[in-house]
Amino acid sequence: MKTPSASESSHPAIAIHSLTRRFGARPAVDDVSLTVQPGIVFGLVGENGAGKTTLIKHILGLFKAEVGSVRVFGLDPVKDPVGVLGRTGYLSENRDLPEWMRVEELLRYTQAFYPKWDCQFAERLRAQFNLDSAARIRNLSRGESAKLGLLLALAHRPELLLLDEPSSGLDPVVRRDILEAIIRTVAEEGRTVLFSSHLLEEVERISDQVAMMHQGKVVLCGPLDDIKQNHRRLTLHFETPLLQAPALRGALSIAGAGREWTVICDGARSELTAAALSLGARIVAEHTPSLDEIFVARVGKKTSTPAL
Amino acid sequence: MQIHISPNDGVPIYLQIVNQVKYLVGSGRLAPGEEVPPIRVLAEQLLVNPNTVARAYLELEKGGVVVKRHGSGTYVSDSGSPLARKERMKILTQRADALITEAHHLDVELQEVIQLLKQRHELINTSEK
Repeated sequence: MKTPSASESSHPAIAIHSLTRRFGARPAVDDVSLTVQPGIVFGLVGENGAGKTTLIKHILGLFKAEVGSVRVFGLDPVKDPVGVLGRTGYLSENRDLPEWMRVEELLRYTQAFYPKWDCQFAERLRAQFNLDSAARIRNLSRGESAKLGLLLALAHRPELLLLDEPSSGLDPVVRRDILEAIIRTVAEEGRTVLFSSHLLEEVERISDQVAMMHQGKVVLCGPLDDIKQNHRRLTLHFETPLLQAPALRGALSIAGAGREWTVICDGARSELTAAALSLGARIVAEHTPSLDEIFVARVGKKTSTPAL
Repeated sequence: MQIHISPNDGVPIYLQIVNQVKYLVGSGRLAPGEEVPPIRVLAEQLLVNPNTVARAYLELEKGGVVVKRHGSGTYVSDSGSPLARKERMKILTQRADALITEAHHLDVELQEVIQLLKQRHELINTSEK
């Protein structure tokens, strides 16, 4: 699964270097660098407006890098759209399928753009997703549109699959179909998947690596296991109730009331323990936090943006 | 082989798989020589990354719980039993610790807990027969 095919072994699937993109005064993507190695599932998380879609559109070459650079399989997606898009499958956030077409018409139409389109595979997915060939796209449910979009992204067996919020707003059954398709993509063929999501439980299930975006910046990036191991959730118990949160160095977030407070920290455990002891607190519980808790601790409190 | 994963558990997913396979072997629900699902199949079933399942299988292989047979799949090792005894006790020790802690928090004496275990044991055994 981690063995990339010969054609892509010399380059990372995606290499982004110091990418910045402004819309007006506000940077939508702010000095982002990241590398996605072939054969992994890369989860991109962040609130709405964090810059995830803008980043994905740069990878597709829909936006030109104004500052910094973007390479996909070592190629510039703006200069070599055929080289990149021919090997990439993309599911956009708002699906944008032509509503007036029938399912079979859209399949034939899309097929024309991809020399590597696999008709048998497309038909198998269509049957598996329970999509009626004769149905008009405007009459499809939200879940059916998502599955059709996914089918279109998968049917030319792309080396890189880019999914922008693939399961947002979908019921658990459709979400399961989509997750299975992602898993099958990396398992059977050793392909690379980058997907954005704010369903962190999902990200936690299927990602090898995770990048957290906040206000255009990548605030945390790395292998999921490392991220989880480095973070700790400690529950502190004070003998006397505190009226306000204790000031603790090394804490990413502190929540609680009275005598018990929960702290999320990152690698600064010993420092934090010492600080807690000096304030007269005991550590009564210690756990590995969920990705969700880490995310909220990292980006939840520092801004005026409401938490998810 | 039925395994259940909870991503929010705090235990890494690969370790949850390792622990549960060990438990299944230890409790006899997976017999020596029995084949475990291929990585891809288990990944789809659990909705987790195949690399995670691969890592779990590697760990299980290193621990001697399973063996890979060239080109044919992964099987519960025949020598499963001596290790299984140790694993069984390890699993029970965790449960016992949790029970003792809980009892302590609820102000229940150890003697009462032991009494309760005996009662439950009798009840379960009689209802099974």
